[in-house]
Parts: sequence; structure tokens; C-alpha cells
Amino acid sequence: MDALHTLSLKETLQALNDGQVSSLELTRAYLDRIEKLEPQLHTFITLTPELAISMAEAADEKRSQLKKNGASMPALLGLPMAIKDVLTVNGVRTTCGSRILENFVPPFNATAVQHLLDEGMVVLGKTNTDEFAMGSSTENSAYGVTHNPWNTECVPGGSSGGSAAAVAARLAPAALGTDTGGSVRQPASFCGVTGIKPTYGRVSRYGLIAYGSSLDSAGVLAHSAEDVEIIFRLMAGFDQRDSTSIDRPLEDAGCAKASDIKGLRVGVPREYFIEGIQPEVEARVREAIAVLKEQGAEIVEISLPHTEYALPVYYLIAPAEASANLARYDGVRFGLREENGGVIDMFSKSRGKGFGPEVKRRIMLGTYALSAGYYDAYYGQAQKVRTLIKADFDQAFERVDVVAAPIAPTTAFKIGGHGDDPLAMYLEDVFTLPANLAGVPGLAFPVGFDGQHLPVGMQLMGRPFQESTLFRMAHAYQLATDWHKQSPSL
Amino acid sequence: MTLTLKEVEHIALLARLELTQEEKERYQQQLSDILDHVAQLQALDTSQIKTASVVQPPLARLREDEALHGLTTEQALKNAPSAEKDQFRVPPVLD
Repeated sequence: MDALHTLSLKETLQALNDGQVSSLELTRAYLDRIEKLEPQLHTFITLTPELAISMAEAADEKRSQLKKNGASMPALLGLPMAIKDVLTVNGVRTTCGSRILENFVPPFNATAVQHLLDEGMVVLGKTNTDEFAMGSSTENSAYGVTHNPWNTECVPGGSSGGSAAAVAARLAPAALGTDTGGSVRQPASFCGVTGIKPTYGRVSRYGLIAYGSSLDSAGVLAHSAEDVEIIFRLMAGFDQRDSTSIDRPLEDAGCAKASDIKGLRVGVPREYFIEGIQPEVEARVREAIAVLKEQGAEIVEISLPHTEYALPVYYLIAPAEASANLARYDGVRFGLREENGGVIDMFSKSRGKGFGPEVKRRIMLGTYALSAGYYDAYYGQAQKVRTLIKADFDQAFERVDVVAAPIAPTTAFKIGGHGDDPLAMYLEDVFTLPANLAGVPGLAFPVGFDGQHLPVGMQLMGRPFQESTLFRMAHAYQLATDWHKQSPSL
Repeated sequence: MTLTLKEVEHIALLARLELTQEEKERYQQQLSDILDHVAQLQALDTSQIKTASVVQPPLARLREDEALHGLTTEQALKNAPSAEKDQFRVPPVLD
């Protein structure tokens, strides 16, 4: 058998089920690879090797028991995975990349995590992230930057940069991420992996530590549409603990239908091919669209006229929601406490010391946008323009089945490349924000490289709750190409 | 638009964030730049548009009012910076 880390997730599950490999062997192989490569990549904030070994042993034990009884196996029994450090795992430190949660050990599992644990997932550790998922490069983590496996001088993207880099470097067959404004798709693009941002409401947000509650989605990154779809389908589902969770059955798996994408209509929005986009990014995306056409998809030029407003809308709504959500970090019930006087003083000092620069900036921005006298002009207006952005998608999906577009204007940039210019960093998100604002699903996958051999990704956005159509089309593309099978030399 | 240092201090007070002088000056500049950028939204006529606070219908709902098991007192206090007699301990609220 090939080296275990080179197997796809689907092949890995097959090897486990066929008894070719035990979970303990598999988990040890990944832990060894992590130990070897982690010093140059820094993809994890917290590694849990002892937990992983004990979960793997338990999985092997359970497998032999179930086999003896002829019972059916949980879908992921013994599969090691990595989890972004903003999703809670019971008893495992969860920092959100922040000093303010440096010692926080949650007493509960996120629902999405619970679903995967119920299926037998083994936890390798918690991956690096921009603080509270606020960022596009993982440079905002209080625990150091993650390096892109394709070029370690470059960022992996963010905020799920640790998860994307871990998958790209084959330190885990799959990793959970979260996407509030592009935080699964953009790092997937920068690291050359496949990742889904599900429809808002499809995957429970319970235990996804809140940043922007009307935008946050839990997703997953892996090496192919097929692998991502396996995990996505297990994470999804209605949850009473999330009041915006939606009770809607999954459609049939998309990858199973990928042999035929004839007649599916792909919209190409002209507003996503703008001046300033790296020419190689546009070229690779257009080539990928041509591949879809060769396979029978119909290509339609469309317009999403309010695209340019997504950036200002997002950078009012997300900080406004963040300023409210992060009010809970006050030094009382959990997290860092700095004390030197009265209770108000404790709040301000704990927050001043515990939060990093980008989080403070967004709290300030959001507080301003919600403050008396400015609410209607900023937050209220942003919510209305959000309605227009969503209407753009509603109208587009009357004509087309999916929208194909670039993910980021450039490939991975150098660590430190944006200096201390927040606006330049925000512009990285210009093509990913609309899907979050409209609540529609988005699937990112690799479509080639630029001249520096850095990966280029493309995203497909779909109708709400039609993730399966995205998987179907991406899988068809991946059957015809092998970009998703390329790995960085490490 | 340019925020004054006084406005920055007022926002920091509302947000209960202790900032250094250097941070206040940096945020004064950066927040002013960001607010300039988002000001382009003012140019859109939205007088006929409804606010989108929830993007996917149905609207948020509540579950049945049935008692469920929550955290134990011990679990709830485990992460507390300071606790005493099954309660969170805080500095004096009133002088």
C-alpha cells in the first residue's frame, strides 16, 4: 500500500474498512508526519497526540466488536482529522487564536464536531486561525503565523489557514474550518485544496465560537469534492441548540451524479473579473470554466450588480455582530482576567490585554456602527444593501444553476506583505464576502498554478441548500483534471 | 471623514477596551480610512428596501420549553478566573 498520508479520505476509509490498516497505525503515521513537518509549517495551536492514540485504540476495539456482531460500522470509524480552533471539542483547550482564551477548556462539543465523533472521528488537534477568525492570512493569530506548504514564505490564507495548510501538507486527510467571509474558501485556494462553505443554517453553529452570527458557517477542507462531501453530509443537520439551524433534508450526494453535468448552466459574473485581479488567476479560472463547458455545461455570462458593495456591507455588519458577540469576554465567567480596581476597570483591562489588534479594530468599528446617531446610517444601510446583494443571487439563480468565480484576486502573498494596512487585507475578501452575505453555499477547489507555482482556486456558488449541485460539478471537473492530486514538495 | 481622538476614546469606553495612547492614534487613522471606504454605501437609494437581518427563511425559532440537562455547577465554574462558594467572584461593583 502507498504511504498512508498519500491516500485520499475515501481511500483511507476503504483501507480501514478492508482491514488493511488499523486506526492506530493510521493515526501514528499522521502524528509522525505532523512531528516532522510542524516545525516548518506551524499548522496547529494545540496537538492532542495522547487523545488521538486513545481514540484510535478505542476505534479499533469498537471495529473488532462490531465485526464480531456483524453490526454496521460508523462512517468514519478511526479516521483522524484536524479541527479549527474556533470549534469546541469537549475537554480540549480552545483558544480561537486569542490570548483571552489561552486557558479555556470547553465542557461541551460543537454539534458539527459531535456528529463526526459519533461516526468515529479521531481528533489530531486544533488548527491555527486568525484571532476569532478575523483575518485573511492567519497572521492575526496570537500563537504565530502558519506557513503555506507550497512556499513557506507565503501565508496560507485565512482564517482557516491552519486547517488548509494541514490538509495541503497531508498532516490530516481532512480538517474542519469556518467561513464568515471566505475563511474556508480563500485558504483552500491559497493552499490548493477543496473546501465547502455550506448554506447558512445547514450546519449547526452551536459550539462554533461566535464572530458574526448571521454569517458564520462551519465547513470542511480536504483533497477533493468527493472527500469534502463525505464529511459535509455527516456534519449537516437541524439542531435545536442553534436557533438559525434549518430543518431541511440533504439532497442525494452530488459526486455520485458527476458523470453527467450536461445541461447544467454555469453563470460567470462579469463583476468578478475586474481590473487588479492577477492575470494568471483570471486565466486559470477561465480555463476551468472551459473544462466545465467541454463536459456539457452551458456557460452564461451574468451580472451580480451589487458585488462592489459587498466589502463595505460586510465590514459594517460583521464588526457590528462581533462587537456584540465579543462582549462576553469580560473576565467574569471564563478567559483572561486583569484586575486592579473595580469591575468596569476589570472589563476594560482584561479586554485591552486579551484581544489582539485586529479584534480590537473590529470591535471599535462595530461599536461605532451600532452607536446612537450612527446606527441607521451605517448598520441599517448596510443591512438594506445586503438585501440587494441577496436579490442579485436570487435573480441569477433563476437563469443559472451555479455561479463560477475566482476566490481571491491573487494567489498566496508573502507573510507580512500587507504590513499594517487593514483595508488592503480586507480587499482580499472581495470575491468571497457575497456568498456569506447572501447565505448561499460556496465550494472552492484548485484549478492550476501561477508562475510562482502557487495554487489558484475557483469557487462555485449555488442555490441555498443545493450543495450537492456544487459537489456534482466540482467532482466532474476533478474527474477530468488532476490539480487536486498535486502536493507540495516538503 | 476623520474621527477625532476624543471620538476614538468614547468608542473605546463604550466597548470597554483599554487602549494605549499609541493604539488610540493608530485606530483614529485606520478607522477613519475604513469609514471613508464604507461611506460609498450612502450613495445607494435604499428607501424602498427592507432590512435583511436573517438571510434564510424561516426566521429564527425557539424550541419547546422543556427542561434539558445543562452544565453542572462544577463545569460552569471550571473556566472561571475566580470562583467561591459555587459562584463567580468579581471585584466590587459598587464603591
